[in-house]
Amino acid sequence: MVKNVQAKKAELTRLSNLTKGFIKENPVFVSLLGMCPALAVTMTLETSLGMGLLVIFVLTLSNIVISLIKKLVPPQVKIPVYIVVIATFVTIVGMLTQAFAPALFDSLGIFIPLIVVNCLILGRAESFASKNNVLDSTIDGVGMALGFTGALMLIGFSRELLATGAIAYGTYLPLPVSGSLLNLEFYVVNMAVFNGAAGGFIVIGLWLAFFNTIRLNQEKKQELERQRFIEQKKKEALERKRKKALESAGEPA
Amino acid sequence: MSMTVFFTAIISSMLINNIVLFRFLGVCPFLGVSKKTESALSMSAAVMFVMVIASIVTYLIYYYVLRPLNIEYISTIAFILVIASLVQLVEMFIKKTSKKLYKSLGIYLPLITTNCAILGVAERNIGSNFAADYGVFQGLLVATTTAFGAALGFGLIMFAFSSIRERLDAANVPPAWKGVPVSLVVAGIMALAFIGLGGIV
Repeated sequence: MVKNVQAKKAELTRLSNLTKGFIKENPVFVSLLGMCPALAVTMTLETSLGMGLLVIFVLTLSNIVISLIKKLVPPQVKIPVYIVVIATFVTIVGMLTQAFAPALFDSLGIFIPLIVVNCLILGRAESFASKNNVLDSTIDGVGMALGFTGALMLIGFSRELLATGAIAYGTYLPLPVSGSLLNLEFYVVNMAVFNGAAGGFIVIGLWLAFFNTIRLNQEKKQELERQRFIEQKKKEALERKRKKALESAGEPA
Repeated sequence: MSMTVFFTAIISSMLINNIVLFRFLGVCPFLGVSKKTESALSMSAAVMFVMVIASIVTYLIYYYVLRPLNIEYISTIAFILVIASLVQLVEMFIKKTSKKLYKSLGIYLPLITTNCAILGVAERNIGSNFAADYGVFQGLLVATTTAFGAALGFGLIMFAFSSIRERLDAANVPPAWKGVPVSLVVAGIMALAFIGLGGIV
């Protein structure tokens, strides 16, 4: 029975370990990690997705390997060893992309080797994979990378829609079909500035402000609820006191 | 080879292809260390120091070690290792020679290893293939100049941005926009302004 409960608890923490990167600890919107690729490769939804896939691959595998070798590595050379592990996977993934998705390779360009210095990957290696077992590290890597991919795709989607008025598919990723979704050409929304550098900064700024507004509203609501709860408790206590006082006053009479 | 090449390299890597605003390299220190002008300038100095040395060393390693051995494909691994150990070396050197310099740059040096601007400029110097245009030795000079210009551009943007942020702290910004969101929008407007410099060279 106890064993069952414990197993269930472990399962729950694993689930929250997986999902924490999605919203609560989202690498881009909450921790502001990996901002360089989040700005540089999010011109279109497809390049964002491509970058996200590469990061999922690298982060998961590097987390697995680092948690496997965590006991072999002396603490003085920890960071260089982690960097070499990450760089190896980045080289592998770069070669695979060049072979199977050359258009994506060209459009991501220098940002494929720069996955090595993505703070998200080294950060997870240092703060999670070097302290936990293989299974948990894998789950953590997948979850965090999925959160990163989601954030990138959100930015890419808004930028592409604002810049071209449509979402193209099949241009960068080797899909069997190509074309475009959501054609809003009748409604003139092609502001080319969102395709450029300035648009990247502004779109991320807007999304951050949007998420901050939600967070602040939630906090305000919680604060109000808390205060109401305290008031109610105070009222109840006062009532009880009064009743007691009345009772004790009524007893002798 | 005339002086124009160097002049063009500096102007183009400093203003027209500014590493922060147009190449999106070094955005982390750009957002993280730009709250005060003083720390922004120290960070820029440290970046300039490491960036110039790192691009010389990575260039030499690429053309005199990796190229002859036909192992160009491990350049990313080699470069990041070189940069990490170089940063360590520079830190030790500064610590021994000048206590004052160490105090002002010391805390920024470890951050530079994971600053994508350094690896990005090193990779781009190789990717632009200066050696094919100018020969290996003169290509090294052009690559170094480009790195120097890129570091100057980084310093310029850091200085301007940190001055704006000091003003923003005193401004009455809506609570949801405080801090990073409004800074990002400001950076976007700065990038728009820099587009105007596009036709210089």
